[in-house]
Amino acid sequence: MGDYDIRDDLRYSAEDEWVRSEAKGVTIGISDYAQQQLGDVVFVELPEVGRLLEKGEPLGVIESVKTVADLYAPISGEVLEINPALAETPEAVNDDCYGEGWMLVLSVADPSEVEGLFDRAGYLQHIKDREDQST
Amino acid sequence: MQRTPLHEAHVALGARMVPFAGFDMPVQYDSIKEEHAAVRQTAGLFDVSHMGQIHFTGPEAVATVERLVTCHVASLRVGRVRYGLLCNEEGGVVDDVTVYRTAEDSVFLCVNAANVEKDYRWCVRHASEAAGVRNRSTETALLALQGPASAAILSKLGAAPLDGMRRFRFVDAELAGGKVLLSRTGYTGSDGFEIYAPAAAALGLWQALTDAGARPCGLGARDTLRLEAALPLYGHELDDSTSPLEARLDRFVKLEAGGFIGAEAVRRCAEAGPKRLLTGFEMVGRGIARAGYPIAKQGETVGAVTSGGPSPTLGKSIGLGYVPPALAEPGQEFDIVVRDKPVAARVIETPFVS
Repeated sequence: MGDYDIRDDLRYSAEDEWVRSEAKGVTIGISDYAQQQLGDVVFVELPEVGRLLEKGEPLGVIESVKTVADLYAPISGEVLEINPALAETPEAVNDDCYGEGWMLVLSVADPSEVEGLFDRAGYLQHIKDREDQST
Repeated sequence: MQRTPLHEAHVALGARMVPFAGFDMPVQYDSIKEEHAAVRQTAGLFDVSHMGQIHFTGPEAVATVERLVTCHVASLRVGRVRYGLLCNEEGGVVDDVTVYRTAEDSVFLCVNAANVEKDYRWCVRHASEAAGVRNRSTETALLALQGPASAAILSKLGAAPLDGMRRFRFVDAELAGGKVLLSRTGYTGSDGFEIYAPAAAALGLWQALTDAGARPCGLGARDTLRLEAALPLYGHELDDSTSPLEARLDRFVKLEAGGFIGAEAVRRCAEAGPKRLLTGFEMVGRGIARAGYPIAKQGETVGAVTSGGPSPTLGKSIGLGYVPPALAEPGQEFDIVVRDKPVAARVIETPFVS
């Protein structure tokens, strides 16, 4: 398994989004594993502020030099904010996926959905299972 | 899944491996953008051993290949290479190939990995018995050293001075202690060389070339580089139902003389005029064109993207696709339908980077 920066203070979805709980809601981005898999990110398409999302719904698109990947809502909620800097500097997703490369802020409709996401150990196991399947 | 002689070296370098044309191949080692930049600015090294080589020897070799490919072969001097196409009877492209004249009575074709078996069967079917057709793909390794520093790197490794060697020429050479065929050709739009060697010599060559400063590059950068150079990729710009004239490869087709398989059909296409033309475009609106996306004019689908993506050199999104001739001239505008949303694009001259 590769060398991935997977952090203790975040939750993770099976589709490789990370979720950070904050006072206003949750901030969302993609994991270090996901950005490494994608390679050089060149385009990020994010939803409109105010859009209501169901958990698991496609909410945007990330494009790297070679591929196009969907971004899914890790929990249900309303889009409160998006990262406007990604339109001009999508490479922030590669350089700093847990910081400058954040994507959006969602309100939390159901706190148990956040609790249901992977913790660090669970997410690392999820990555390992997937890598084992593909080899 | 087949492996090239360099498979272990790729894995040891931490390459991301993907299936390509039946081979487990490196798509990138670290960053496609950086590998791409290495080829434009210094030198990059690609393992393209998955490509195939079909050899013809004997008194009928040249006449046979003359009938198989669209370019002239009899006039090709020993030590020179020409690009051409294998066509079927309907004038569609069986494969695009490079033709190497290695001696008066011997020629080989370098063919696409995905087409090796198809091409070999095609060649055997159409070759006279005296043409001695052999598929030497698995015993041959092929490395592509590409970029402005390529000649200097080869000289460092003991190859004879190469400054005077022109494009589309090749020589037998001694490199890093072994015998190779060194060809000033490539598929990146940059200066460079392709190095044919016995499979057993591949690893030593790879190490010597990377030690001398060539950066390992994967198929990801190979694709962005060839797209900037607007070089066709079989299965994208070319296939069995595409005419070389639609792909604007007229200058590689000896139409005046005819004589190759499919020449009649290609001549008919020339007389009637191609119904669609391969066209290069840049994105005007925000969005990236990808292979398969529809091309539309005033809401109506008029074609499809064959290759597209961001150009690391130009810093904008570019693509190739087939459109009706009326929309194929530089300055024409149409939409690329990106995830159901039309995004403006404009036809520009190719190659995008020269």
